[in-house]
Amino acid sequence: MTGISDTFTQSKKHVARRPIKWSVVGDHAVLVAGVLLMVLPVFMVFATSSHDRIEIARTGLQFGFSDQLGVNYGKAMFEKGGFTDTVDGSLMLMNSMILGFGFAIGKIIISMMAAYAIVYFRLRFATLAFWIIFTTLLLPLEVRILPSYEAIQSLGMANTYSGLIIPLIASATGTFFFRQFFRSVPEELVEAARIDGAGPVKFFIDILVPLSRTMIAAIFIIMFVFGWNQYLWPTMITTEESMFTLVRGIKQITQGVVDSNDIPEYGQALALSIIAIIPPVLIVLFFQNWFVKGLTESDK
Amino acid sequence: MAVVTLNAVGKTYPNGFEAVKPSSFTIADGEFVVLVGPSGCGKSTLLRMVAGLEEITAGALQIGEREVNDVDPADRDIAMVFQNYALYPHMTVRKNIGYGLKNRGTSTDAIEAKVQEAAKMLNLTELLDRKPSQLSGGQRQRVAMGRAVVRDPSLFLFDEPLSNLDAKLRNQMRIEIKALQRRLGVTSIYVTHDQVEAMTMADRIIVLNGGEIEQIGTPAEIYHSPASTFVASFMGAPPMNLIEAWIEDGAVRVNDGTLLASSGNRTVGPVHLGIRPEDVQLAENGQIPFDISIVEELGARRLLHGELGGQPFTVHVGKDVPATAGQTTVHLKPESLCFFDPKTGKAT
Repeated sequence: MTGISDTFTQSKKHVARRPIKWSVVGDHAVLVAGVLLMVLPVFMVFATSSHDRIEIARTGLQFGFSDQLGVNYGKAMFEKGGFTDTVDGSLMLMNSMILGFGFAIGKIIISMMAAYAIVYFRLRFATLAFWIIFTTLLLPLEVRILPSYEAIQSLGMANTYSGLIIPLIASATGTFFFRQFFRSVPEELVEAARIDGAGPVKFFIDILVPLSRTMIAAIFIIMFVFGWNQYLWPTMITTEESMFTLVRGIKQITQGVVDSNDIPEYGQALALSIIAIIPPVLIVLFFQNWFVKGLTESDK
Repeated sequence: MAVVTLNAVGKTYPNGFEAVKPSSFTIADGEFVVLVGPSGCGKSTLLRMVAGLEEITAGALQIGEREVNDVDPADRDIAMVFQNYALYPHMTVRKNIGYGLKNRGTSTDAIEAKVQEAAKMLNLTELLDRKPSQLSGGQRQRVAMGRAVVRDPSLFLFDEPLSNLDAKLRNQMRIEIKALQRRLGVTSIYVTHDQVEAMTMADRIIVLNGGEIEQIGTPAEIYHSPASTFVASFMGAPPMNLIEAWIEDGAVRVNDGTLLASSGNRTVGPVHLGIRPEDVQLAENGQIPFDISIVEELGARRLLHGELGGQPFTVHVGKDVPATAGQTTVHLKPESLCFFDPKTGKAT
């Protein structure tokens, strides 16, 4: 009896006193340090983008804010710049969006259809075909960039959106992911659909695509960010400034002025960097929610 | 509603394995036929050939008047219920049931009316807007049934539809399926490895073993006059007693000389004598000694396991018959005896 009540009062006191647990403090210190490590650079870029170029050139990255925030962002987005004075931030943002979405959606469509063919149709050499697709992982764009450029150039697709996107949308990774997923879909679903009178196209659209939505979301996140951050290919294939993407345009802002011996528009470049970060972040936030929900609500 | 005729239908896989030996039988209009057999006996393959999910490599299959060997599953006018239900996980119950109709170009109003009708028949009306993941096993089973019923097919195919349910629900669904089939009068083929399901549901049972038909008959025929030792031991729980015996001088004797029965005018030689455990009576002053070693108490009845003539033997008695382990004597009902050729296993 006394034993129980003793422990009870003890635990009560325990709650009241709340002694500091050093292990918890240690955990939090590590976490906070991690967060600062990730967030501080971005914050500094954001803070610095509110200063004028002379201030930045003189004292470097800033921790505090100044009064040039609106000016820098306005100019970065809407002031025509570059060599030909035809491109502004908003146009580059749109180009990047087209590249990002086209890249991600194109990759998803192509790889889903490839995986569908490999998994569900009795093809000769289907396995061989799959492994050939898979080995293209060993040949990233950087390795085959000259032949790719040559091909696109001779097709007259340089400086077009299709030239920017199409050479990139074949995806071994996506095909692999979808193949693994399709193989886990129960065989009976295909058979039930066949008896229900759904042909290959209907089965794909009515059943396989809705079932794959979590996979699609996951691959979309990865591919959008990947496409958004493309630098080398857009640099090769777009020579007209009106086709520039954000990632490549940021450099252009500082580049142009360095040549003319003036102080570069560091503030605008940093503002553009911040703008370039936002869409991928939004995509990840938006789809992550959906993605996690789809994963936990297992309905297969 | 249709007559189904299999004419030497067989299946040989490309690797040479003969899953189903050429089999012929006819299923009458509105009949409920159960294909039963152990795992790997070819019963599912046979059903899938009827469904069109498996290619027929020999013989001809007719549904109604039409030969359907090369007809697409969707055009065979059949509906199938799968073991794991195969519901489309992302569709509501309503869409699951209506999907087949939608693919056949039925108008939205007609689909809705038919789905409502099927749902009412199966007590699914409340659940129409749920997803399969929100349903219990029995409810999913009923949705799978609804998907079959709604299309008004001329043939139902069931591929072990109850094996994923717990025992209590299985008994209940067994009755529901049978009642539904009676009411709709649709010809049905039902595959199961559970001999109780086969006995209780079938109009006729087809027992398969090793890709071959062992026997076709009504449940009573299969039970009381099995065509082979395989059927005798596969159907019925506990299985039929099979005793190695010898026929000589018009009598059947076990090896130790005990007289079991009169052999009539059967040929002299070895024989397997079969008798159902419930056709054996404990008799105070019987002729045949039976050594009880274990009494299995099942409530309504008792199973007495022991030895007769040195061979394992089981007797099934009602709860009112007193029984304890030890020596006793039994009487075999002469009209319930089955004789099998020990070499071929066939009834003689």
